Amino acid sequence: MTPRQIKTLRSLLFLHLPMLLIVFFAIAPYLWMLLTSLKDESTLFTADRTFLPDPITLQNYVRLFAKTGFISNLGHSFIVAGGAVLLGLSVSITAAYSFSRYRFAGRRPLMLMFLLINMFPVVLLIIPLFIIMKHLNLLDSHLGLILAHSTFAIPFATWMMISYFDVVPKSLDEAAQVDGCSPIAAMIKVVLPVTLPGIIATGIYIFITSWNEYLYASVLAGQAVRVLTVAIQTLIGEYEIAWGLLTAAGVIGALPVTLLFMFVQRRLIAGMTQGAVKG
Amino acid sequence: MSAQSDVRRTPYILLSPAIIATLVVVFYPMLQAGITSLYRSILWKPKDVAFIGLDNYFAILHDPVFWDSLGRTAIWIGLTVPLQLALGFVTALLLNRNFWWRPLARSLILIPWALPSVVIGLMWSWIYHPQVGVLNDLLMRCGMLQSAMPWLANPDTALYAIIAALVWQGFPFFAIMILAGLQTIPGNLYEAASIDGATTWQKFLGITLPGLKGVLVTAVMLRIIWVANSMDVIYVMTGGGPGYATHTLPLYAFKRTYSSMDFGYGSALAVTFSLVLLVLITIYLRRVGKDMK
Repeated sequence: MTPRQIKTLRSLLFLHLPMLLIVFFAIAPYLWMLLTSLKDESTLFTADRTFLPDPITLQNYVRLFAKTGFISNLGHSFIVAGGAVLLGLSVSITAAYSFSRYRFAGRRPLMLMFLLINMFPVVLLIIPLFIIMKHLNLLDSHLGLILAHSTFAIPFATWMMISYFDVVPKSLDEAAQVDGCSPIAAMIKVVLPVTLPGIIATGIYIFITSWNEYLYASVLAGQAVRVLTVAIQTLIGEYEIAWGLLTAAGVIGALPVTLLFMFVQRRLIAGMTQGAVKG
Repeated sequence: MSAQSDVRRTPYILLSPAIIATLVVVFYPMLQAGITSLYRSILWKPKDVAFIGLDNYFAILHDPVFWDSLGRTAIWIGLTVPLQLALGFVTALLLNRNFWWRPLARSLILIPWALPSVVIGLMWSWIYHPQVGVLNDLLMRCGMLQSAMPWLANPDTALYAIIAALVWQGFPFFAIMILAGLQTIPGNLYEAASIDGATTWQKFLGITLPGLKGVLVTAVMLRIIWVANSMDVIYVMTGGGPGYATHTLPLYAFKRTYSSMDFGYGSALAVTFSLVLLVLITIYLRRVGKDMK
């Protein structure tokens, strides 16, 4: 073998092959779900079941949209996730700006408090939230679920936006304030436009997390407001055997967030690692 | 009022919406949980609500399911996090090399991280299906298994089957964090080491690992906290069963409160779990606090 061939062989064995295996491991479960969803439901449990769908059929998807309330589930998920984004961002923007631009008594403990909230066990909050929302008549409403999701949306958005704001030179908004802008006006006119991509990425991440969330959605809502994750879980319980329908719901339910995630991952990871990879 | 005190108040005014919101949705409920844990309070016995002090906590100490769940939580964390770390590390090292399909590989390995846990639970339950699951089919075809195995219904394998699913879900997080760390190590360190005749392994031990120390500790701690907390995948895949075989501490607290409607005892379990977790969180916050500007 020539040295060149040896080099090719080495990179094949120690780079491409293991990488390919890991990528396959990462996507195989989703692919398998996709393949299952394209099969005829009646063939899933037969002894001569095939690995690939033969023939490919969309009947599971047709049934999903025609026979179940899947479209309204998607709608509820969309409203809740959108609301969580709006609430999370609007409350956190000024907080992050304050942490990034001012040095004041209590800054450090307050920042750490927001980090602490983000790690808080859902199980501790979920039952009291259930009782409180029962008293306030917020159970099974969009608002109730949006409030519950703000428990993770607010701290996450605050920390992400601190890291984005920190990158913008302070002299920019100081110049605006010298020109007579109030701090809020300076933030809106100068800092927000520059950090808009980061803010959008943060919003999208909140959207994904809220869309994917299950425990709050099942305990605090589930009848009138049945979001996608709860709907999928109920399908598992109701039709033990309807795997065709279930996998179709899984494929559709995961698709929007997976695409969104691919779209923002680079910017998001930059923000995350700025906050966490120090030291 | 002088302009001076205005300036001094500004940061607090800017913070107030977020602080008020978290007081309402996080700290008030937290306080409620603490108070409820001191009561005997079962939803369908509304007449029998009574203040019982720390009795719920004393009961926890004598609750065998609590101790089993605690031990299982330790196994759960002790297996999941190192396996995620190992797989994530290998992935990051590979992704740190230059090859033509790297952007594609980088995007695809993120898929497990982006999926809803309910869908993850569903997918893996389907893979583990006792009669027609693809895992059984493959293993039997290779001759590694004589007869179909009910992975999730067997108390001996259920926990490990779920751990496998969670390793799959979490390894991309480590891969991406470690990759970001690898890219901060200056390339000339490796060049210098090569000139000195260092082997790949020596470079890994002498440059890569020390350079990654900060990232690794941070990522591991974040992940321990996250994995300790996460119960939705278990809840979807087995609901904690068969029997108590896949109960972790937060899941036990959740089931005690929500399925048995035993709010007092369930809250006490949740508070206990949170206190255990708080030890880890405090160590982590100390680390972050030290580096903060």
